[in-house]
Amino acid sequence: MTTVIASPTQEEHSRVNDTAQEIVEVSGITKVYPGGTVALRGVDLAFPKGKMTTLLGPSGCGKTTLLKIIAGLLDATEGVVRVNGKEVSGPGPERAFVFQDFALLPWATVLTNVGFGLEMQGVDKATREAKSRSYITKVGLAGFEDNYPHELSGGMRQRVGLARALAVSADVLLMDEPFSAVDEQTRRLFQEELLRLLAMENKTVIFVTHSIEEAVYVSDQIVLLSPRPGRINRVVIPGIERDGKTPDEIRREPGFLDTVEDIWDTLKKYLDEERMV
Amino acid sequence: MSRTLVDSVYIPPETSSFDTMIIWRTISVLFVFGSWEIAGRIPISIAFPTFFETMTALFEMIMDGRLAHAYFETLKPLLVGVGISAGFGVLIGTSMGLYRSVQWLGEPIFIVMQAAPMAALIPLVTFVYGIGLAAKVCAVVILAAPIIVLNSYKAVTNANVSLIQMCASFQGSRVQQIIRVIIPDASPMIFAGLRLGVAAGFIGVILAELLITPTGIGDLITYHRSVAEYADMYAAIFSIILFAAVTIGLLEKAEIAYFRPERKKKKGS
Repeated sequence: MTTVIASPTQEEHSRVNDTAQEIVEVSGITKVYPGGTVALRGVDLAFPKGKMTTLLGPSGCGKTTLLKIIAGLLDATEGVVRVNGKEVSGPGPERAFVFQDFALLPWATVLTNVGFGLEMQGVDKATREAKSRSYITKVGLAGFEDNYPHELSGGMRQRVGLARALAVSADVLLMDEPFSAVDEQTRRLFQEELLRLLAMENKTVIFVTHSIEEAVYVSDQIVLLSPRPGRINRVVIPGIERDGKTPDEIRREPGFLDTVEDIWDTLKKYLDEERMV
Repeated sequence: MSRTLVDSVYIPPETSSFDTMIIWRTISVLFVFGSWEIAGRIPISIAFPTFFETMTALFEMIMDGRLAHAYFETLKPLLVGVGISAGFGVLIGTSMGLYRSVQWLGEPIFIVMQAAPMAALIPLVTFVYGIGLAAKVCAVVILAAPIIVLNSYKAVTNANVSLIQMCASFQGSRVQQIIRVIIPDASPMIFAGLRLGVAAGFIGVILAELLITPTGIGDLITYHRSVAEYADMYAAIFSIILFAAVTIGLLEKAEIAYFRPERKKKKGS
């Protein structure tokens, strides 16, 4: 059953996810880029542990900016980010980022790419390679360890990016439109794989996507952002029951379709307003 | 699932095989040498020997040791000059790409050096450094360094931001970002600059040997022109062109071997 919280406070988040502890909290995040563009204004959010939260909104609403602020790759103009209750000001070992454009080293093999995060953390070569091989197998790329990125398809490259993020054993995975560069069939396969891997690894995921259907299908909660400057419009809890159902059955369920439609109505309103301006 | 993945492996469009490449390159070389032979036989000028006459002269120069002696003289300023230009050039260019203050300091100097006709400054170099090794080294450096510096600078400035952010996201230090991401990512353009810089260095050393004091290959060219032994003169010119081309080819091989091994696979595919 879908639950909608309009302009939620952090306390309300806690009520919805009362069984889940919050691992990432953002308070009063405002981001003003040089030149005066206000990307985000006063964003308060909490991300429950072990759940997948999707940031969804119209283009330019600051989804990726918010994700990069949480990752510590961008500084917020105002506000704080707390991970496991501790304020953070830069990247940390408890967070790993999966990039939209894969960000693989073209001159390095799959094995070296997957072990890159571990290498940066000073893990010795033998441990690094053993761990990398294990995650390469988990993402279904066994046998491709010595291949270079240019020899892989888009979907396979993103699997390398995912394996690299999983290998560092971070609690939180930050995924910036990870499936946007792959075709629809691969995207659906990837969604299933991601859900399976996350169930195994028990990770918290913060996920940015443009696809409403994808957001509803994979997420435990969806944060809808308003057009720039991005603010929280509302939080949607899709409440998809997956037990014993095939992906196609889930996608045909009235609850799933209604949630997709409801989110689309909101985004459409934003688009209409933008057109009027 | 992995089955599906394996099925979706990207197969690059079929490229020319190694054998085909060799055939076309051989045809290209034969075409140039054949045209040279025909032009020499016509002849287009009494000062233009045939390809075979030139190769005979080259063989004689190799056998009697004239060429080895000339290269011994030419290589001294060339190696020192190219070494200084490559070492300091890459260092200065990389620093310009990494640090704003170094960029502001160096950019105007090297842009002016690149744009200016540096060969015209060789008389000034002679005035300051005399006619010895220092003047020739200086001639090589003023021609080679600006290209190497500016290419390295642009290469580092245009390093892939996403890769740098990726490195930072895994807590890579600034030094790790530079060594593990920025330099390898910039290496194709840095090496392109090195190749152009080395080629300019060859121009510099020959100009110096022609304009400052006739030594080495420059001396061979000047002397054989003055006594109308054109086959010997062309042999000296041919040898320096071949030497420059081989050096630049070796630089490319070094780049692929040490910085971009994936390009070796691409070439082999």
